[in-house]
Amino acid sequence: MKVIKVGMADLKVTKAPGILTTLGLGSCVGIALHDGVNKIAGLAHAMLPSSDEISNNHNKAKFVDTGIDMLIEKMIMEGANKNHLVAKIAGGSQMFSFSSNNNILKIGERNVLATRKKLKELGIKIISEDTGGNYGRTIELNSEDGSLMVKTIGHGIRFI
Amino acid sequence: MGKERIDNFLIDVLKEIGNIGSGNAITALANMLSKKINMSVPKVRIIDFKDISTILGGEEEVVVGIYLNLEKDIEGNIMFILDMESAVNLLNMLLPRQIEELDELSISALSEVGNIVASSYVNALSTLTDLKIAVSVPSLAIDMAGAILSVPAIQFGLVSDKALFIETIFQEGDNLVKGSLFLLPDIESFEKILLLLGVL
Repeated sequence: MKVIKVGMADLKVTKAPGILTTLGLGSCVGIALHDGVNKIAGLAHAMLPSSDEISNNHNKAKFVDTGIDMLIEKMIMEGANKNHLVAKIAGGSQMFSFSSNNNILKIGERNVLATRKKLKELGIKIISEDTGGNYGRTIELNSEDGSLMVKTIGHGIRFI
Repeated sequence: MGKERIDNFLIDVLKEIGNIGSGNAITALANMLSKKINMSVPKVRIIDFKDISTILGGEEEVVVGIYLNLEKDIEGNIMFILDMESAVNLLNMLLPRQIEELDELSISALSEVGNIVASSYVNALSTLTDLKIAVSVPSLAIDMAGAILSVPAIQFGLVSDKALFIETIFQEGDNLVKGSLFLLPDIESFEKILLLLGVL
């Protein structure tokens, strides 16, 4: 079976029976979209919540907001119908902790919040999520049935 | 001065800090252990953040990451990363018994080494800029390289798509240790450093 790797600040789309994977998600967020009727899957690995906050924003896949827009666009180009799309999200953990306040460490949480907000605006339902915590995740999205496998070190494997 | 030129200058400054810092770190470790430690010339590279984790053997390779805050005159972070084999070799240099698995004592010993290494680089930065810089208590995580590296990658992602990466290899007897370091001052601190060096 074809397994396509999605790197950091990257996004990919595939048709059944393809599988999309992204390895070692930490504070980044993995956004998995699936059209179950046309069996088309899209996966984005976004690093930062918003392209508005910084000037260096030419790479659209790097941000939750522009990344989701671009992912949907690519999926529609492959034959997906926006009305059929559902979402699953994973990642957004806080890998390190300090007693003092450090905004950059909360980036995982902010990535998850931005993802929920953007998907809500677009009317795409999040049917399951595995976010937060202080550990990394590898995820695998199956375009056939939309199942998302989440693998961790010391926190088990699950399907969401 | 164009942004491009400032970026290039910053990278040169960080490279210099990398060279001095690696020397300081090895000297500190050798003194602590009263052992002779050999060090290769540190590799200082600017890499695309997409390629960061492949350097450490892939995104899913389990590594030890030690992360510290920079405080006082500048703010930012410093991260020191060891692969599992290097972590065990380092512990065998430090502790009187052979280490098979990472227990509580070895984690605390690794944090302390992280502290020494980070302070060595920070002292180099401090000397070059005359800025007072302190490092926080270290925070340590053992997890997939991709997940640990997402933290510095995101910080670099705020300013650029490239990351500054310093690799130091040192050896004591048969124990070979490969350490990778990321120096991550925040944007305002970058500017402060440039100002003090008379560039802005």
